Amino acid sequence: MSISLIQGSYIIAGLLFILALAGLSKHETSKRGNIFGAIGMALALVFALIAIGLGQIETIEGFGEFEMVPAAPTWTIAAIIIAMIIGAIIGILKAKKVEMTGMPELIALFHSFVGLAAVLVGWAAYYSSVAEGHFTGLHSGESFIGIFIGAVTFTGSIIAYLKLSAKIKSTPLTLPGHNILNLGALVAFIVLTVIFVNHPEGSTGLILISVVTVLALLLGLHLVASIGGGDMPVVVSMLNSYSGFAAAAAGFTLNNDLLIITGALVGSSGAYLSFMMCKAMNRSFISVIAGGFGSDGAVKGEEKDYGEHREISAADAADMLKNASSVVIAPGYGMAVAQAQGAVASLTEKLREKGINVRFGIHPVAGRLPGHMNVLLAEAKVPYDIVLEMDEIDEDLEDTEVVLVIGANDTVNPAALEDPGSPIAGMPVLEVWKAQNVIVFKRSMATGYAGVQNPLFFKENSQMLFGDAKDKVEEIIKDL
Amino acid sequence: MNIGIPKESLASETRVAGTPKSVAQLVKLGYTVSVETGAGDLASFPDDEFVEAGAKIVGGDDVWANDIVIKINEPNDDEISKMKAGTILIGLMAAPRSPELLEKVAKQGLTVLAMDSVPRLSRSQSMDVISSMANIGGYKAVIEAANEFGSFFTGQITAAGKVPPAKVFVSGAGVAGLAAIGAANSLGAIVSATDIRAEVAEQVESMGASFVFPEGAEAQKSTDGYAKEASADFAEAASRMYAEQAKINDIIITTALIPGKPAPRLITEEMVASMKPGSVIVDMAAIAGGNVAGSKPDEVVTTENGVKIIGYTDLPGRLPTQSSLLFSQNIVNIMKLLTPGKNDGELVLDLDDVVQRGVLVADKGEVTWPAPPISVSAAPTQEAAAPVVKEEKKPRDPKVTYAVGAIAALALLALFFASPSDLLGHFMVFALSLVIGFYVIGNVSHSLHTPLMSVTNAISGIIIVGCLAGFTFIPSDLAIGDVVSNSTDLVIFILSVVGVLLASINVFGGFTVTDRMLKMFRKG
Repeated sequence: MSISLIQGSYIIAGLLFILALAGLSKHETSKRGNIFGAIGMALALVFALIAIGLGQIETIEGFGEFEMVPAAPTWTIAAIIIAMIIGAIIGILKAKKVEMTGMPELIALFHSFVGLAAVLVGWAAYYSSVAEGHFTGLHSGESFIGIFIGAVTFTGSIIAYLKLSAKIKSTPLTLPGHNILNLGALVAFIVLTVIFVNHPEGSTGLILISVVTVLALLLGLHLVASIGGGDMPVVVSMLNSYSGFAAAAAGFTLNNDLLIITGALVGSSGAYLSFMMCKAMNRSFISVIAGGFGSDGAVKGEEKDYGEHREISAADAADMLKNASSVVIAPGYGMAVAQAQGAVASLTEKLREKGINVRFGIHPVAGRLPGHMNVLLAEAKVPYDIVLEMDEIDEDLEDTEVVLVIGANDTVNPAALEDPGSPIAGMPVLEVWKAQNVIVFKRSMATGYAGVQNPLFFKENSQMLFGDAKDKVEEIIKDL
Repeated sequence: MNIGIPKESLASETRVAGTPKSVAQLVKLGYTVSVETGAGDLASFPDDEFVEAGAKIVGGDDVWANDIVIKINEPNDDEISKMKAGTILIGLMAAPRSPELLEKVAKQGLTVLAMDSVPRLSRSQSMDVISSMANIGGYKAVIEAANEFGSFFTGQITAAGKVPPAKVFVSGAGVAGLAAIGAANSLGAIVSATDIRAEVAEQVESMGASFVFPEGAEAQKSTDGYAKEASADFAEAASRMYAEQAKINDIIITTALIPGKPAPRLITEEMVASMKPGSVIVDMAAIAGGNVAGSKPDEVVTTENGVKIIGYTDLPGRLPTQSSLLFSQNIVNIMKLLTPGKNDGELVLDLDDVVQRGVLVADKGEVTWPAPPISVSAAPTQEAAAPVVKEEKKPRDPKVTYAVGAIAALALLALFFASPSDLLGHFMVFALSLVIGFYVIGNVSHSLHTPLMSVTNAISGIIIVGCLAGFTFIPSDLAIGDVVSNSTDLVIFILSVVGVLLASINVFGGFTVTDRMLKMFRKG
């Protein structure tokens, strides 16, 4: 098959991928975007398979045709298709089965696959150089870098997956001098790369490439192990970015522009999301990567007398809601933990039937993944046009009669704005206390993830509704 | 306890300290209320409505014999002498301006709660009569100005031609100023306003006016919610600004009052002379000497060039019903605070409470004014977090930005110089894709960030193409058996097949789960 045709298909696939991401800018076009992505992928795959099956032929004007790469043996094509079918079955089964609360884990797992695939591509490229008995320094360097990024992504994502699915503890691992370890690994990587570019052949090359693989695997492991559970949204976005750059590095190794384009798109996507999450927590990317809140155990808020909190019963809460004309619900990850989204959705429906204006205010870092809350609410059949961003709802909070805070804590903490000494000072928060009444659903008076006491609970206009969020919401529905 | 609400004795006073509504609320707090005959007549509250609300109508001096007397204006000597020692008097006292009055009430043994001394805290806003009266005054100032003004406030396009909107300038963005801005704005005028405290710009803009600030002047920061006297530099810059504004505006409303001091002179005779004939100035500070040259308390003065200067000092009293309603509601709110028993009708003072300590200007024969100072600010609360945020928001010197950019460009150029040209083509693709990616992702709706991640999962499965490339190194005539015997080929084969499998999971799983999620989103 003509090499121009293959490259042409890659250009079209690249454009379709851009359209796929662009389609996600609006709900109306999002499904079409996903279909564009799938078509682009199918196109690229079909042409790549045909190219392997038939070989690649380049036509140069005046010189006739050259066979660049001969066809691979038929049995390898069969092996590829079998591998793809197995992969497809696993992927589709996982995708159909996954609970929406489990999305962060699934996404972390998917990152790890891309990371591992990038490592394999790097090694395969190395061995093909070995087979040909011919190394070009710079190209070897590219596969070396690809292996490094891929391996960091792989183990990092595996740890993130284990932490998110609570298979290991999510508390940050604190080795002494962990920043030095990370930095040392980076420096060692640069030194190894320089040596490898100059001596890729022979046993030196094999040792170097093995060492860098192990080094990167350990670095990924350590990097994510030392970050706490609540910083996972940033970590998952960061790994998303790395998986993209791993693919781009593979593209450089193989001179494949489609891999470079896609890798760069995914890489900037992940980088943008991590940047956004960091901004939403008023923290720098470096400080998140260098270890989360509580990693030193010293950033606790001062003990202070905040006064008394008041309790409210479910029946009184129902009464208050009945008489309100505008209600805002501020959910947090606690809602997902209590599996209360279904109950919250039916409460919303009940209130809307009574003509009450109910909306949701979502903080950018609510949940364990960017946009996680939106997906959870969508699954519970809450219409997306009443689920608003923090900035969109901010102005309306003052005219709101009742705010229900369900499973959120740090994202509604007034200390972020009022107390410059607070560990979360400067973090933008949902200013729910501006509303006339605030009802906080909580298990107990324990502090949030950041370990900071929340003065919201002691405000004059807030009342606490203790207990399991799901049970309490259901009680309120019964009383309505 | 018993409450008495007398008829106001001041000749021009139209208001009353209690309304049927407030009386009902006081009765609910457990008090017995008597109202002097005809007290509410001028504010359109006839006696029988008070009776309906649960009050007794009393004549003569009976109303002064109650435990608590609630009135609006400062008591005159005659009224003071009618109250027995220990009586609690609630009303306006103008404490900073009238030390003799404080002496007199103290001598009589009265306990006086001055409603115009309520500290400015968000908690005590509901009791602040200065604010509620200033609000009414600001509104009425605009109405009075409109009354004297010879044209429309709002711009119109009529069959006879175009009418330009009136231009209104409000000096001082306190409660009165903001109310004036709101009223003028809703009449359709073009409104601008200034204040010595730059921090109120946002409030001014929220009321629909543009904020003007003296050029080159430093802003004043308020710690007690009131404006202070300006520095000399500021005054000069401000004076230039006022001269400019006088020339372009049709209506000027000045509200600059400094507690306990004569009002600052903002508008000079020359400025008045520079205004268009038919322009109107309302000087809301006429009672304290006036902000405007030539203003006279309670009079409308017309200057030689036909500018009218309104100096009414009783603007709130010109809306007696509204003023009485708000004043009496302020009273009810403070009575709620002073009645800890909620409905036992017992007034108890708690001097540890800054609000209660603030209003108490005389206590059983002793002058207790002024109360120890407390500090509040009208600045938004975010100010508190400023020291933390500031470090990051410090604008970078543009020179530094350019320098960093230049160094980065040079470094990249050096790198590219050392690279083979086919690599540069790939770099071009990479760099452009990064930029495109950043802008495309920036447009993605926040609520779709999770589907975004899963779709990027799917498309990063494109690495499958990279895995497939491995197979091109296997010679086409190679049989399965030969691969097993050649360790390098075997390794390449295994690596590539495993890679294909992993990437396929991503491709198929990613698109499927994205599709599943997107189907969940539905519109209400």
